[in-house]
Amino acid sequence: MSGRVLVGVKRVIDYAVKIRVKPDHTGVVTDGVKHSMNPFCEIAVEEAVKLKEKKLIKEVVAVSCGPQQVQETIRTALAMGADRGIHVEVSGKDYETLGPLQVSKILAALAKKEQADLIILGKQAIDDDCNQTGQMTAALLDWPQGTFASEVTLDADKLKVVREIDGGLETIKIKLPAVVTADLRLNTPRYATLPNIMKAKKKKIANVKPADLGVDVSSRLEVLKVDEPPQRQAGVKVETVDDLVGKLKEAGRI
Amino acid sequence: MGIFQRFARLPLKPTCIWSLCPQYSTDLTAVGRALIVRSSQLIQHRYVHNRGLGTGPGNPGSAPPRLPFSRVTQEDLAFFRTMLPGRTITDPDLLKSSNVDWLKTVEGNSEVLLRPKTTEEVSQILRYCNERNLAVCPQGGNTGLVGGSVPVFDEIILSTSLMTQVLTFDNISGILTCQAGCVLENLSNYLEERDFIMPLDLGAKGSCHIGGNVSTNAGGLRLLRYGSLRGTVLGLEVVLADGQILNCLATLRKDNTGYDLKQLFIGSEGTLGVITAVSILCPRKPKAVNVAFLGCSSFKQLLETFQCCRGMLGEILSAFEFLDASCMSLLEKHLKLTNPITESPFYIVIETAGSNATHDEEKLHNFLEEVMTSSLVTDGTVATEATKIKALWSLRERVTEALTHEGYTYKYDISLPVEKIYDLVQDMRGHLGDRAKNVVGYGHVGDGNLHLNITSPSKDPALLASIEPYVYEWTSEWKGSISAEHGLGLKKRNYIYYSKPSEAVALMGSIKAMLDPKGILNPYKTLPDNIH
Repeated sequence: MSGRVLVGVKRVIDYAVKIRVKPDHTGVVTDGVKHSMNPFCEIAVEEAVKLKEKKLIKEVVAVSCGPQQVQETIRTALAMGADRGIHVEVSGKDYETLGPLQVSKILAALAKKEQADLIILGKQAIDDDCNQTGQMTAALLDWPQGTFASEVTLDADKLKVVREIDGGLETIKIKLPAVVTADLRLNTPRYATLPNIMKAKKKKIANVKPADLGVDVSSRLEVLKVDEPPQRQAGVKVETVDDLVGKLKEAGRI
Repeated sequence: MGIFQRFARLPLKPTCIWSLCPQYSTDLTAVGRALIVRSSQLIQHRYVHNRGLGTGPGNPGSAPPRLPFSRVTQEDLAFFRTMLPGRTITDPDLLKSSNVDWLKTVEGNSEVLLRPKTTEEVSQILRYCNERNLAVCPQGGNTGLVGGSVPVFDEIILSTSLMTQVLTFDNISGILTCQAGCVLENLSNYLEERDFIMPLDLGAKGSCHIGGNVSTNAGGLRLLRYGSLRGTVLGLEVVLADGQILNCLATLRKDNTGYDLKQLFIGSEGTLGVITAVSILCPRKPKAVNVAFLGCSSFKQLLETFQCCRGMLGEILSAFEFLDASCMSLLEKHLKLTNPITESPFYIVIETAGSNATHDEEKLHNFLEEVMTSSLVTDGTVATEATKIKALWSLRERVTEALTHEGYTYKYDISLPVEKIYDLVQDMRGHLGDRAKNVVGYGHVGDGNLHLNITSPSKDPALLASIEPYVYEWTSEWKGSISAEHGLGLKKRNYIYYSKPSEAVALMGSIKAMLDPKGILNPYKTLPDNIH
C-alpha cells in the first residue's frame, strides 16, 4: 500500500456565472468568463485532505487535464492541502473535445504510474453533468467503485462507502485499490487559508502529456449544436375570477 | 409675571416643552419664537449635561403627539380609488407590513396605501393631500433603520413599489435614469448585463428602492471607492408638497447653472419632496474582483492593516469593512454560517476591483504576504470566484439579520475619528455590564463609520435609558456624527443637536417651512419636534 490518493480536479465555468451560448451554436462562451474548481471536485479534495489529516493515507496528488489555466485549479487544491500536482497538458481542439472517456484513460494510466491506492473524484462536472469519469476509470482499472458517496470510512485496506441512491442510502464495503466519487453531502470544503496559500506556491506541479501516458485523446463524439433552453413565458395576472375563467377558455384549457 | 419668566421657571421636563410647541405652529409671535429658541437651547443643554432620560412620553426617540392633520374620509378614498383603481389599498392585512418597519420596532396606523405608477399620479396625490391637509408618508423598500419609512399615526402611505421602470441608459457615459421604485439589486443586474455596476451597494439591496436610497443618502459598502450619492446622483425629478413637479433630471456630469437644488432632496428623508426619478452615474463593472477575509488580534493592528492596505492596494481597493468576534458568533449561532478562518477578536473584509486580474492578484498577494509576515494579520483567506466572494461578503452583510434573532436591537450608526471607533464599543460594554445581552461593533471602518448594536431579549426602557443619551454624548465629545448614514427618521430626530448647531437646525426648519408649509410630507421625522 503506497498510501497515495489521486484526486481529479476539473476547471469549469464558475457556477454563479450566467452562461451564454456562442453565436455559432457550437458551444458556450468561455473567453473572459470566470472559471473555478468544479464544486464536487472541491469536495473530493477536502475528503482526501481529511483522510491525510487522520493519518489514514500518506500523500494527496491533485490531477487536472487541460491548458495552462488549469494550473490555477491545481494550486487551489494544493492550497487546500494536497501535497503535489500533476498537470496533464491538453489544449486547443483536443481540449474542446476532451470528455470522460479520454480523462478516465488518463487517470487510469496515472493511477498505475503513481501506484495510487485510491482515486477520489467529484461525482460529476457542473458543465457537462456527465457523471461518467469515475465509473469509466474504475472499469478501465478493474477496481471496485463507491459512487455518490456521502460518507467514507477507511479501515486498513477496506473502504466503507455510504451511497446516496434514489431509494435512500446504501452502504457498501469495497477493497482498495478503489475509485470513489463524491456527492454533495460528503463534506463541506474548507476555505484555503493564507498560510496554506503561501505554502502552496512552493509545492510542485509536474507536467505530463497524454502521449507520455500512452493515451489517445481524440474524440469519438461530435457536438452538432448547442442551444439555450426555451425561454420561459411570463405569467399573466388577472384581477377577478371571471377574468381567470375567460383566459382559461381562451387558451382552450376549459 | 411675563410668560417668558414663567416659562423659564418650568421644570426641565421635555413633555412640557413639546406639548407647548405644536399647537402654535402658525401663530408665532416674537415671544413665541423666542420661547422656541430658548426651549431648543434648554433641550440641548439638558441633553448635553444630563445623563439618562426618564421613560415614558419624555423619551426623545418615541412618537410625539399627533399633529392636527385631517383624517381620511370616504370622499378621500373615493377620489383615490378613481385615480388609482386597484392600487388604493385599504385592507388591514395588506397594510400591516407597510405599517411596520423592517426591525419591527415602530408601528403606525395608516389605513390607506397608495401605489402610483407615474410622476403625474404622485403629483395629483400630493396636490390633493396638500389641499385636504392630509399627512403623507413616502415609502420605498421599507428597509430604513430609524423608523423613517413607516407612518407614526394615520399618514397615507405613498409607495413607489410600482414605479419600477428604467428610463434610459447610456453605455458610453454610464448614466442611468430610472423611476424611484427600482429595486437596487434589479438595477445592479440590469447594469451588470451591460458591463456596468451601481455606485452603491448595501445589505438591503434585494428590497430597497433607489428613491429611498437617495432620500436617505445611503452610504453602503462601496462608498470608499465610488463616493457618496451626493457625487454620483446627477439629477432628480421630485414632486413637491403642493404637487408641483420639479424636473431636475439632468444627465450631465458637469452643470454649474445656479443653486444645486437636488442636494436639498438627497438625504432629506422624504420631508422636502417625493423623489420620483433619479439619474445616476454608474462605474464600469470591474473585470477582476477579489475578496480577502482576514483576522486581526487587536483593533490597533486592524488600523495598521488599513494603512498598509491603502498603500499597497490603493487604487484597486473598493471596500474595507470590519466585524468583531461577537458578530461572528451570532452569525454562526443564528444563520449557521461558518467562520472560514481561525477565531480572532476582529475580522476584516477587503474587496479589490480592477481592470486586470493578473495585476490585481499580484498586488493582493504582495499585500497579504506583507501583513502575514509582519503579523498584523493572524489568519485569512482569499476568494476570486463569484460564489466564494458572495459567501465571504455574507459574513459582513448578514450581521444585521443575525442580530434580529437576539430579541430587541438598539442600533447606533456613528461616525467617529477612525482610531476611536472601537473605544466606543468597549466603553459601552463596560458601561452597560450585564444589563445588555450583546454589545457588538461592525461597519465601514474605512469610512470611519461604526455600527454599534446592543441587544436585549425584549425592549427594555431602563436599558435604553442607560444607552441614550450616553452614546450620543460620547459621540458629541469626539465631534462625531450620531447618524453617519442611517439618517434621523423618527428615532433620532431629537438628537440632531448632538451633531449640528442650533442655527443650522433652525435654517433647516425654515427650508422645510418654505417647501412644505403645511408640513404634510413625512411629519414627525428628521427634524426635531421643537422646530417650526
